[in-house]
Amino acid sequence: MAHSPFILQEQEFQKLKTVLARLCVECVARVVFLVDRDGQTIAFNGDIGDMDTTSFASLAAGNVAATNSMAKLIGEDGFPAVFHEGERESIFISVIGRSLLVVVFDERSTLGLVKLRTKRASYEVAAILEEASRQSQTFAANNVSAFADITDEDIDSLFS
Amino acid sequence: MTFINYASREINCKIVYYGPGLCGKTTNLQYIYDSTAPQAKGKLISLATETDRTLFFDFMPLELGTVRGFKTRFHLYTVPGQVYYDASRKLILKGVDGVVFVADSQEERMDANVESLYNLEENLQTQGYDLMQLPYVLQLNKRDLPGAVPVEDLTYELQKKGEPVYEAVAPVGTGVFDTLKAVAKQVLTELRKT
Repeated sequence: MAHSPFILQEQEFQKLKTVLARLCVECVARVVFLVDRDGQTIAFNGDIGDMDTTSFASLAAGNVAATNSMAKLIGEDGFPAVFHEGERESIFISVIGRSLLVVVFDERSTLGLVKLRTKRASYEVAAILEEASRQSQTFAANNVSAFADITDEDIDSLFS
Repeated sequence: MTFINYASREINCKIVYYGPGLCGKTTNLQYIYDSTAPQAKGKLISLATETDRTLFFDFMPLELGTVRGFKTRFHLYTVPGQVYYDASRKLILKGVDGVVFVADSQEERMDANVESLYNLEENLQTQGYDLMQLPYVLQLNKRDLPGAVPVEDLTYELQKKGEPVYEAVAPVGTGVFDTLKAVAKQVLTELRKT
């Protein structure tokens, strides 16, 4: 069967947004994303312009999945961080359990600064996600999901 | 793994199109992409070789509408069909909520269908899934080709658990949306149990 859904509540979502907002300022980043390893955006902060954030999240997850598999082929457990350097924009990805903290920055910042600030923020993000995961399991166990009484008509209406 | 965000009131689900090389997985996605209103879809991303064979995956997000006040978004992925890209296929199955197996109806591709289906079961197992418990649809593609194996024979060979079976001609869209609807419906029905 499919794995249980991950349910993120308003309070944890706002806590994550606060951490990302602070990290964005501290890193002088263009945008900061929190993405799950399946490629879905959990939260972000910053200037996304016309960036396709859904595709970006999916590709970031694919990227980390591929590099982790490469790591295993050379005897590493995985790479805790991935860095892509561009002429103007660069991307730093830090792996936090089942999630990825992705920082997009330009020449106004430096890799050293981004690594330093991201490391600190990652502890906070990990703690919030752990709490969210606990709540998600309790929520599912108590069967208080808003979807328990979805009807066939609700589903069919999506395709009408 | 379905991701439900109560703050932004969104449900995100992942559907993977699986099958042997050149069976029409990317064509399914391309047809869905071409036939969907711009506001309901994101970009179609194809990580392909120079000869347009899928190298890692194709991806497109599709927004279907609202259920119980939650925006419902499906992330559609294909896997590379060629046998030697197995490592990529395993990665793409991570977090899957529903699978479409696209079979090639040509007789000479029967062995490839069977091998790919076996590979799907095996790769799902390594990710902690059981095909028998997962939302799943079988699509019999390329029904327009002369000499296509009869539907009954293909179904007998490839159907695993009484899953819905759809005949398709992906380039012209026959059966493409029926397949998608069937798997999406199963995925959303699973949410009732959460």
